[in-house]
Amino acid sequence: MTAAAPANTSIPLQIDSIVKRFGEVTAVDGISLDVLERACLGLLGPNGAGKTTLIRSIVGRVRPDCGSVRVFGQPANSLAARKELGWVPQELALYPLLTTRENLDAFGRYQGLRGKALREAIEWCLDWASLADRADSIVKTLSGGMRRRLNMAAGLIHRPRIVLLDEPTVGVDPQSRNHIFEMVEALRAAGATVIYTTHYMEEAERLCDSIAIVDHGRIIAQGSKDDLVAQSFGTRSDVLMRLAAAAPVSAAWTEARGGTLQDGVAHFPVDRPSDIASLLEAAARDGLDVVDLVLRRPNLESVFLQLTGRDLRQ
Amino acid sequence: MIPTIVRNGFLALRRDRGALVLAFVVPLAFFSIFAIIFGPMSTNSTPRVHVLVVDEDHSAASSRLVRGLHRERALACDTRPEAKAGEPQPPDYTAATAEAAVKSGTAPVALVIPAGFGANPISLAPAPGRKPIRILHDSSNPVAAQMAAGMLQKVAMTSFSTSMADVGMRYFALASGGLTPQQRQNLDSSLARMHDLEARRDAQGDGAAAASSENSGGLLPVEMRDVVGENKKSPMIAFYAAGIGVMFLMFTASGAAGSLLEEAESGALDRILSARVGMTTLLAGKLTYLVLLASCQLTLMFLWGAAVFHLDLFTHLPGFFVMTVATSFAVAAFGMLLASISHTRAQQASIATLLILTMSALGGSMFPRFLMTATMQKVGLLTFNAWAIDGYTKVFWRDEPVWHLLPQVAVLVGAGALIFLIARRFARRWESV
Repeated sequence: MTAAAPANTSIPLQIDSIVKRFGEVTAVDGISLDVLERACLGLLGPNGAGKTTLIRSIVGRVRPDCGSVRVFGQPANSLAARKELGWVPQELALYPLLTTRENLDAFGRYQGLRGKALREAIEWCLDWASLADRADSIVKTLSGGMRRRLNMAAGLIHRPRIVLLDEPTVGVDPQSRNHIFEMVEALRAAGATVIYTTHYMEEAERLCDSIAIVDHGRIIAQGSKDDLVAQSFGTRSDVLMRLAAAAPVSAAWTEARGGTLQDGVAHFPVDRPSDIASLLEAAARDGLDVVDLVLRRPNLESVFLQLTGRDLRQ
Repeated sequence: MIPTIVRNGFLALRRDRGALVLAFVVPLAFFSIFAIIFGPMSTNSTPRVHVLVVDEDHSAASSRLVRGLHRERALACDTRPEAKAGEPQPPDYTAATAEAAVKSGTAPVALVIPAGFGANPISLAPAPGRKPIRILHDSSNPVAAQMAAGMLQKVAMTSFSTSMADVGMRYFALASGGLTPQQRQNLDSSLARMHDLEARRDAQGDGAAAASSENSGGLLPVEMRDVVGENKKSPMIAFYAAGIGVMFLMFTASGAAGSLLEEAESGALDRILSARVGMTTLLAGKLTYLVLLASCQLTLMFLWGAAVFHLDLFTHLPGFFVMTVATSFAVAAFGMLLASISHTRAQQASIATLLILTMSALGGSMFPRFLMTATMQKVGLLTFNAWAIDGYTKVFWRDEPVWHLLPQVAVLVGAGALIFLIARRFARRWESV
């Protein structure tokens, strides 16, 4: 990902200073992005950060007040751009009274597929989404996870080069979530450029090679996970220590060594893992028993907290 | 606990505009509409029956009868067709042209006064050889013929009072064995005064409208003939099939078009529009589906009519096809408009219920338009129902050729196209925001 550049037909996605307001609310506030081929960009931010509006601007469902979006050099709303884009919306945008196969057939036709190409695309979707055994089931009888997978397949049946996944794991159980991760990884392996919005940092960490943290319609930080952590925390880690002592004693002891007590757990920032030894020695010297001890590297959630002062899921 | 449940119910109702409208606005609207339609039926503004009058006798008595019919406020009598602008006045109706006019729906009834009527206008007993007045009627309007027949007897009583007295006294003289000279003189004197009075009233013209009692004694022999439905197996089935069919068609089209709102709510509409489908294409696809659905529904209705009620469908297939396509198109466009102007299914259901029942009431789906006042009949022409029913009536009842359906088809298709364009305009809100 780089800063926005002039229209270039080799760059899958170029977003240049787009702004979108809904009345008094500025949903997207001057975002610029270039997404390179085969990249997987995670848009990480809390609900209402502007991620969905950004995605809808890319697929032409939202008209930016200013700025532009280009897909392989073509305007976002053009037919050429639509052909290259595959959008999986947050909602289960399916026909509930049609079967799995009939839904795929309908959305394939909306994408211009016909005949053998359509049949092959449907079979690929059923296989990719592991729904072959439910091909003739009415959608409303499918489980939530199956519907989510079909929702993805319906958006990508035309095998687009750019895939936009808008919180595809909302409301699914852990097993189905893993299934969806595998589907995304298969897409990446096949060479697709992926943009993945989520407010689950573990999803972004697992799937994306680059992450843009979005808040209040702006990108407030961008880079790989390690880059973002390094930018915010340097080499610093957290030591989490639980002491077998009364809370006032634990609190006083923790504060005296530059830490904070949260929910009975002492948090100490350390620059090197070897700093743990001095903390353990101090506890032993002061007659405090250490019940539990963990060294934790800061994660994306910590980065978000650091940058915005708020939790990702707020 | 119960107060909480009641409170929750009212809170939910207050925030559901569709339910509020259904609960409080729709009943008032219907009350008003039906009061307007049916209210005048119980007052003096009862619709007048259009009657064509043919005088084949041209005698003083027949002229007096025609004048009496003209004076009758319940009837709107014509003896000749209305002249078209710039064209000469057409000749008076003959029995043949009047019958053709009834068949074409110009008027529901024609009275034909036969030659020789004036020689013996009324009779208190069967008179062999007397020709009856013929009442040619269209049984699709069963009220008109009965009303015209009743009014004819009433006019006879008021127009031929002296003849009645003459005839009555003749019967009295025969039955009583003769009058004394004094009785004969008094009677002649009274009859002379009556003749004089009748002559003066004739001279005064139409201003002296008859105001006699409702007595109808069958003074004039009449012969009634249903000139439109005499060969029909089941006269009014086409009317009911069209009337009820169009009303339910509108409900069906409105419900099916509502899928657009469901797709908008589920996000499917966004997904479709982000593919290679434009809004116009999408709406045209929905419209085509609705036209086919409505056509199937109407076909089923008429097939049922043919199978169960002996509706003569298969000899009227071209006209049926033309009317069914035109009606389905108009109704489908109407459904699209309802969906495009509504923001939720509940809102759409409220608007649809209000509009469809109103149009059905005004347009004759619930109550024949010919029984409404002239004004309400004209208002009814603002509805699809009226044009569709008129068209189907032409096909199945009057056996008119397909090209006679041009006015109905033009209105239905033209209005449908206009409504579809308006729906397309409203649908812009679903395009990029």
